[in-house]
Amino acid sequence: MTASAFVFWVLATIVLGSAAVVVLSRSLINSAFALLATFAGVAGFYVLLGADFLAAVQFLVYVGGILILLVFGVMLTHRIQDLDLRAEARQLVPGLFVAAGVFALLTAVATRTPWAQGPGRELSATTADIGRAFLGKYLLPFEAASILLLVALIGAALIVRKREDA
Amino acid sequence: MDALLRLFSLIPGWDQNVPAWASITLAGLVAAGLCLGFMSLGPVGYVYVERKIAGFMQDRLGPMRVGPWGLLQTIADTIKLLFKEAIFPAAVHKVMFVVAPCLVVTGAFMGFAVLPFSPTWQAADLDVGAFYVIAIGSLSTVGLIMAGWASNNKYALFGAMRSAAQIVSYEIPAVMSLIVVVMIAGSLSLQAIVGEQAGGLHNWFLWKFFPLNVIAFLVFFTATLAECNRTPFDIPEAESELVAGFHTEYSGFFFAMFFLAEYTEMFVASAMAAVLFLGGFAAPIPALQTVGGFDIGPVWLIAKAWALVFVHMWLRWTLPRLRVDQLMHVAWKVLLPISLFLIVVVGGLLTWPATANGFPWDRWVGWLLSALLFVYLATTAARAWRWHARQVREAVA
Repeated sequence: MTASAFVFWVLATIVLGSAAVVVLSRSLINSAFALLATFAGVAGFYVLLGADFLAAVQFLVYVGGILILLVFGVMLTHRIQDLDLRAEARQLVPGLFVAAGVFALLTAVATRTPWAQGPGRELSATTADIGRAFLGKYLLPFEAASILLLVALIGAALIVRKREDA
Repeated sequence: MDALLRLFSLIPGWDQNVPAWASITLAGLVAAGLCLGFMSLGPVGYVYVERKIAGFMQDRLGPMRVGPWGLLQTIADTIKLLFKEAIFPAAVHKVMFVVAPCLVVTGAFMGFAVLPFSPTWQAADLDVGAFYVIAIGSLSTVGLIMAGWASNNKYALFGAMRSAAQIVSYEIPAVMSLIVVVMIAGSLSLQAIVGEQAGGLHNWFLWKFFPLNVIAFLVFFTATLAECNRTPFDIPEAESELVAGFHTEYSGFFFAMFFLAEYTEMFVASAMAAVLFLGGFAAPIPALQTVGGFDIGPVWLIAKAWALVFVHMWLRWTLPRLRVDQLMHVAWKVLLPISLFLIVVVGGLLTWPATANGFPWDRWVGWLLSALLFVYLATTAARAWRWHARQVREAVA
């Protein structure tokens, strides 16, 4: 087994194991913190594939942003003093159907896509290329996405704003 | 790490007998060991210096009893701390209670991996170095929340929530002011950023586009100071209201780990400020870069970082802590607009002469945006001033 294959399997074990904890754990807070290992493992995959910029973005956005927001949400919505926050599985059957459907779709995509075979490309820095692509060829989608995010941001601020008249 | 690998291949027969992955792993471990030694021994000195500075600023002598001028005081304290029993309160979540300080220390320590001490003394010259330092900091935030929650104590939880809100907020101005430097250097690699500033004091990014980058430096310094949870931004562990914040329940070695992480974060944040604005390992006068043929870059970087760590300590004993709403006000309404403004103006100045290889319209858009932002900033400043004046009036009345 080559070194990179070994690293791949270690990362895959971490990601799948922690993802299983996220889904199966009865304690909400355990699920939230297990996501940390999942996100970090995915960042590890990006590093393994030579996507250094993407790995850093993954870490910053998912661990630094989304995970902390999730934990905040869990702590603020429930009785925060309670060590024993329970996750409930009420819609087991519809959930199973959706999961099976997504799994089938992803499997079909993964098996039918003509993946590039052969030796991997030379490792090189990706930041400059990503920047040129965003501000050159894909400028319009990039700007459209930023405006969408800006609108979402303003909308969120508007909803939580303290109203003077109320 | 490259320097270490070259050192290994000097050993006869090394390249033939040792596989590449093993020597890379070994070099990584040696580099990590060096950084770990630096990181764990540093606080012994920092704590002594901090207590002495505190003493002098309050017209006291500080520690004087153990050893000459109290020099052995922190060594004695460290030994005491290490041998103390780590108490686990009955109601804590055992696993997370232990994992949390480890995460905090790991997050603080991982920053060392990209700090360039000299052109060769760097654990890893990542192409995304500057970005990596910011990204890795979020690990500590998760660790703090975990510590606060696992302690099962209201003060710890409040401290953790405040700390997380504070770090997440101040991360944004820190990144925005970092972008200013990245735009000027044209690279995220810390080695390249320092390389651009080589050749003496006048080449430091601090003086570029004077006074714009001085403002960027102040924004970065303030934001990273807040990310370290240091006074005046230490409400996460404000002892007058929260006992000790997120580490209320921690004792012995686990408490020592939080302490270690705080001082490491201070050093990494200061070293980053030195790398980004103060020329990193480049000497202020090129003649002082080498002494007797040896590159003393590491000495320069550490000296600059320690000078900024001293400012951290100086501020701690000078300023009172901010209230929560003032804290958020500073981050979102003062530092963030300033850094956004700097990005647009510096970006405009950088693209102004370049018409051949850029899009012809981007500088017009840049200048238009900059003008709009300036108007916005002026009105915000006026509003903030009126708000401040009202607060003062109400406080007086």
